[in-house]
Amino acid sequence: MAPQSQGTGHPCYAYGGGLSTARRHFEKPAQLGWEHHAARQLPGHCTSLGPMRVSLFVTCLGDRFFANAAADAVRLLRSLDIDVDFPPNQTCCGQPAWNSGHVPEALQMATHTAAVFAKADYVVLPSGSCTAMLRCTYPRLLESPALAERSYELAEFVVDVLGVTELGDGLAGRRIAYHHGCHALREIGVKEQPLRLLESAGATVVPWEMDEECCGFGGLFAVKAPEVSVAMADRKLDTLPDVETVVSADGGCLLQLDGRARRRGKPVRFRPLASLLWEARLGSA
Amino acid sequence: MEVHSRDYRDRARRIITETPEVRESVTAATRTFVDNRREAFADLDEAALSGWAKEVKSHALTHLADYLEEAETRLVERGAHVHWAETASDVHRIFERIVEENAVRKVVKAKSMLSEELALNPFLESCGVEVFETDLGEYIIQLLGEPPSHIVGPSIHKSLEDTRVIFHERLGTARDASPEDLAAAARDFLRETFLTADLGVSGGNFLVAETGSIALIENEGNIRLSTSVPRIHVALVGIEKVLPRWADLSTFLQVTAKSATGQPVGCFVSIIQGPGGSAAGEPDGPEELHVILVDNGRTRVLADPEIWEALRCVRCGACLNICPVYRQTGGHAYGYVYSGPLGGILNPGLVGLEETLPLPFASTACGACADVCPVRIPIPELLHVWRRRAVERGLTGSEERTALGLFASAATRSRLFGWAENLAGVLPDWVIRRLPMLREWSDGREPPRATGPTFRELWDEGIE
Ligand code: SF4
Repeated sequence: MAPQSQGTGHPCYAYGGGLSTARRHFEKPAQLGWEHHAARQLPGHCTSLGPMRVSLFVTCLGDRFFANAAADAVRLLRSLDIDVDFPPNQTCCGQPAWNSGHVPEALQMATHTAAVFAKADYVVLPSGSCTAMLRCTYPRLLESPALAERSYELAEFVVDVLGVTELGDGLAGRRIAYHHGCHALREIGVKEQPLRLLESAGATVVPWEMDEECCGFGGLFAVKAPEVSVAMADRKLDTLPDVETVVSADGGCLLQLDGRARRRGKPVRFRPLASLLWEARLGSA
Repeated sequence: MEVHSRDYRDRARRIITETPEVRESVTAATRTFVDNRREAFADLDEAALSGWAKEVKSHALTHLADYLEEAETRLVERGAHVHWAETASDVHRIFERIVEENAVRKVVKAKSMLSEELALNPFLESCGVEVFETDLGEYIIQLLGEPPSHIVGPSIHKSLEDTRVIFHERLGTARDASPEDLAAAARDFLRETFLTADLGVSGGNFLVAETGSIALIENEGNIRLSTSVPRIHVALVGIEKVLPRWADLSTFLQVTAKSATGQPVGCFVSIIQGPGGSAAGEPDGPEELHVILVDNGRTRVLADPEIWEALRCVRCGACLNICPVYRQTGGHAYGYVYSGPLGGILNPGLVGLEETLPLPFASTACGACADVCPVRIPIPELLHVWRRRAVERGLTGSEERTALGLFASAATRSRLFGWAENLAGVLPDWVIRRLPMLREWSDGREPPRATGPTFRELWDEGIE
């Protein structure tokens, strides 16, 4: 017998509608805005009108390889009058297991992560890819979509939730290129938010013809098809405009591009978005 | 066609290192296709079109038997012979009979990926028949003895220079002939062949059930000639190609052409619905028309509740063009008829997961393909289904399973995890380079720098 029509489409296409509606609860004040917080409508899961509390999910790559950038994310959020906490039992979101088809292991890690952040009002991640895992994949693994609905990539949180589009002018005169991580771009639709924050701080984001093409990391792909993976990184590097710094919200992409650039002796710096945002903020008087 | 997908990594490596020009040709051509595609849809409501196309194809697939029989009835009414073939050998037997009964010596062929699945050319040649591919790209790779590298642009991996060399050797064109001269030389040669061929073979882009019409899209006019000049015509049609109504066709023709090359429609659209001069009043066409409805694994895909959506594919090639993995190698790395993201979801269904591993893993799950598919096949999700099954069936190796199992148990015990992270920070480079997966990493990349405190440690010290 022929199968009947199934639920189709990328999970996020179905799911994203709910989220973007949720996000529209927030009026966007024109400027920095903790003082506007009390006036804003709170999402359903927020139980108090106290200071806004954010739990940082640093992610496994962030913890090990981008510790200073994660600390910058804390500094940035605090400077925006956010109470930041760091649930110490957090580990990895489970994406490496999920992507390579190891579903029970991914479920284990998702369950652990959901328990760690069960009490969080907001979970903020300095990673587009892990945010996509929480938002798009967790609802398929876990019974409750609760964590998905309150998890945000850092720049997305600043712009869409806090309504802040200008952090300061600490990036005046900087020429950078921006690499859009695939999951940030296509699964959770984070594209304009980081660019806006960088540009409003005075940075010139130089056009890069391949800024939306995958860097070739892809988790285990990088070691399962290393030659293709490296060729993909080369395509990114070979089309790079003349800039001092390449910025991305995704640690995996940064490791990949930086690792390849160093091997080739290409003098470009690859830096996490969180650090640039903190530098932007530092420039505010 | 033989399946060589298991050698994906090796084939990909060889293409990248030994023939670097392939990567350049494929990247340039696919980027042009992608740009043209974007322009073609710029003023249209693409989401509405793809949503509609998806529904029509899903409906047709979930009522497949009814529509196929309707198409058969219409075709038979007009005097066509309709054959049902479950496997490649069934198709071979049908051809054998046609060739014998009509003493066929020379065949002209229009491009058909299904005929590649069926290994039709080698079979016909083994029957003593001469086969000529008439699509220019197909003709080039036939001269070179290679399979197609792309479902729309079969010679996408070849440069103009490659074509100059082979045409110089085989057709005697000048060593520095212009593209126009090369096309003219092929045309001269093929004209003669069309006029002397006994049999024409084509595929079919769509089969309209309501009217029993096979529609074919092309740019060169060779399909028009292959399907109308020779005395006998055989159309190979995969059973998933069916559309319910005549009214559906024009939109599908446009969506497919726009998605494939960015053209409004193909330069030529041929509609075949019966032999020429028949009772039904077809003014021209072959004396004898055979339509072979081919399964070759499709009903198995249809019966798979997690994979059946792959059959909506209209073979536009958009997912290949946008795929950054495909762009590095072209189609030959994938070792079977279908390559790129389409190959990753369809090949395991058609010929088996064991035979086509690691194709579902030959993707970074970047998701670019899902955004361009005109019938909205959720390609990344289907790739993930195959990955999950590969793990469940123990096909991905015990080393990986053990590594991920350990990782997962560490990741649910934060202390152990923190300890492992610290360990990673103090391992010297020479150890890192020898660890199983890091070895693969370090061949082309410097290992990540894991020195300095972890964030955990910074947090505990207090962040100023
Ligand atoms: S899967 Fe979709 S995008 Fe890819 S060839 Fe088929 S129809 Fe085109």
